[in-house]
Amino acid sequence: MRHIISILIENESGALSRVAGLFSARGYNIESLTVAPTEDPSLSRMTILTSGSDEVLEQITKQLNKLVDVVKVVDLSEAAHVERELMLIKVRATGKDREEMKRMADIFRGRIIDVTESTFVIELTGASAKLDSFIAALDAGLILETVRTGVCGIGRGDRILKV
Amino acid sequence: MISGAEIVIRCLQEEKVDCVFGYPGGSVLHIYDALFKQDQVKHILVRHEQAAVHAADAYSRSSQRVGVALVTSGPGVTNTVTGIATAYMDSIPMVVITGQVPTQYIGQDAFQECDTVGITRPCVKHNFLVKDVKDLALTIKKAFHIAATGRPGPVVVDIPKDITAQMCEFDYPKTIQMRSYNPVVKGHLGQIKKAVQILQEAKRPIIYTGGGVILSDAAGKLTQLARKLNFPVTNTLMGLGGYPATDRQFVGMLGMHGTFEANNAMHYADVILAVGARFDDRVIGNPEHFSGEKRRVIHIDIDPSSISKRVKVDVPIVGNVGDVVDEMLKLLDSGFKTDPEVADWWKQIEEWRGRESLRYKQENHIMPQYVVEKLYEVTKGEAFVTSDVGQHQMFAAQYYKFDKPRRWINSGGLGTMGVGLPYGMGVLMANPDAQVACITGEASIQMCIQEMSTCKQYGLPVKIINLNNGMLGMVRQWQEMFYSKRYSQSYVTSLPDFVKLAESYGHVGIKIEKPEDVEPALRKAFTEHKDDLVFMDFIIDPAANVFPMVAAGKGLTEMILAEDL
Repeated sequence: MRHIISILIENESGALSRVAGLFSARGYNIESLTVAPTEDPSLSRMTILTSGSDEVLEQITKQLNKLVDVVKVVDLSEAAHVERELMLIKVRATGKDREEMKRMADIFRGRIIDVTESTFVIELTGASAKLDSFIAALDAGLILETVRTGVCGIGRGDRILKV
Repeated sequence: MISGAEIVIRCLQEEKVDCVFGYPGGSVLHIYDALFKQDQVKHILVRHEQAAVHAADAYSRSSQRVGVALVTSGPGVTNTVTGIATAYMDSIPMVVITGQVPTQYIGQDAFQECDTVGITRPCVKHNFLVKDVKDLALTIKKAFHIAATGRPGPVVVDIPKDITAQMCEFDYPKTIQMRSYNPVVKGHLGQIKKAVQILQEAKRPIIYTGGGVILSDAAGKLTQLARKLNFPVTNTLMGLGGYPATDRQFVGMLGMHGTFEANNAMHYADVILAVGARFDDRVIGNPEHFSGEKRRVIHIDIDPSSISKRVKVDVPIVGNVGDVVDEMLKLLDSGFKTDPEVADWWKQIEEWRGRESLRYKQENHIMPQYVVEKLYEVTKGEAFVTSDVGQHQMFAAQYYKFDKPRRWINSGGLGTMGVGLPYGMGVLMANPDAQVACITGEASIQMCIQEMSTCKQYGLPVKIINLNNGMLGMVRQWQEMFYSKRYSQSYVTSLPDFVKLAESYGHVGIKIEKPEDVEPALRKAFTEHKDDLVFMDFIIDPAANVFPMVAAGKGLTEMILAEDL
């Protein structure tokens, strides 16, 4: 099962390595990990996309809570939430492909943010599955480079992760 | 204004630390200078940093106080890693202060530099790199607080040399609040009530207790609880002394080398009350075999991640063992009736006990079990017993009956050979008048044997019980049983003359080769040589094996007994 774990953690050097080290030491999966400071600069918020059985997930949250720098942990995927990922993708855009790329970006509500004679950089935001389908929809030979941020997510409505 | 180095020492004084184990070097010279100028904190100079950490660890194990070690940067730190990991696996509260190269050199591959925080991160409860002298006192306060509270563990404080030279006001916080660290103490009352209800319904109960009972100083309360319930009690290796071993209700240690009665009772119990224990692989054997029986499990532990990690738990109770057992006792006072079928269960247990799974024959060769039994008699069961790791460790655990907590000092989780002698030093620093026996083997003892020199310097009269079979006994046992007697690298051909070796360090050495000499040698060591370190080299039966044994991957009831062979 796919799970999105959100963590509030003290914004101190080494905090990220404590979390990453925990996952590798105990053999848990990390599919993606994003981290940045929150509106309170002393706190960072981390989002980890992981997978595992219910027992493994229970251990992951318990072990994360045990880290001294971790303030709060929540499994976002346990309830209603929204998730987004940002992708920048550089594609070859020459001749008739140029128009086609523009059209595909529009269909997926992407934006072209860099243009040269032969390339576009397209910015696309959405659920990870949407980014996957965008990649699948393009001619693989035209993709020059992709970079994705990994998932970040937030609970819907009154579900708030705050100190 | 005082220097960072003086702040470190003042912090130790504020924490009432009376003794630090350590080894000086470039990065900690300022701290050692500050140490020199006072006499409140005593320093024990070890011969290898690993021993400093082991000794600090045993100081804590035998006293409930936080052990402290002080070492220099680079190799000083890397030498401590085994000791830190040992303490971490057994949840021992300890603060390790490490020197670091000056702040501006960090990351430059400076002389004696290593990434201390990175290297120790997976084997500490927490660690710190101090970057500003203004944070120093607060960081040390946090370190002691984190080490001793919740599930205890070692904490490393890495201090760059320039910070120990800088001047700052000293203000040691009295209390501390950390938003990210608030361990649970009290158990959930609803859960405790549920647990008591289940205990009431139990027909084949067992109380299974581990190191948590020792760490939370709950042995007294646990004993009260067990007596009130009249349930059988088993201890893990780490839990020995948590319940009096000479008591009728005690069925012995369980697990890989547990007694026949303890392992059967654990396996066939319909209710397990697990207290400060973690169902590890050496305790329950094959988890699938273990989960084959239907039972209800109540698990009290301060660490939520220990619960339902290896065995599914029906009633989890997160909290300090002592507090939870207190609540249970209160609830039991208001009327508790044991199920009448428990009497039948006791009959069954007595039948298992009748197998006498720890029986052995003392014939021509000295048997290691015999030495431990004689040690028990000579010390009247009152000694602190440290051990190394291997067959001798199991013999010590099986045959020395611990009636009190904190008397059995060994590396249970990590299984670190070489701890025995430095453990003896730590115990003696915390309990200066105690009788301390280090049960070891000729292989383990050589891993920290240089500490005989430290023992001489500080007059630490550890009694070394060397069960010498010329073999890496436990390795040899496995090779005999599972590798068709191919004894790959498990025997030692050039042992030192341990008597002469002990004498060369200025101690007393005795070689014992006949069974009838065992007891007199022990008596001599504990009376005539009470104040000396005595190295007793017992030449034992090289074929002696530890039984019962649950082979790796086997179930708890699939024991090999000595009588089967």
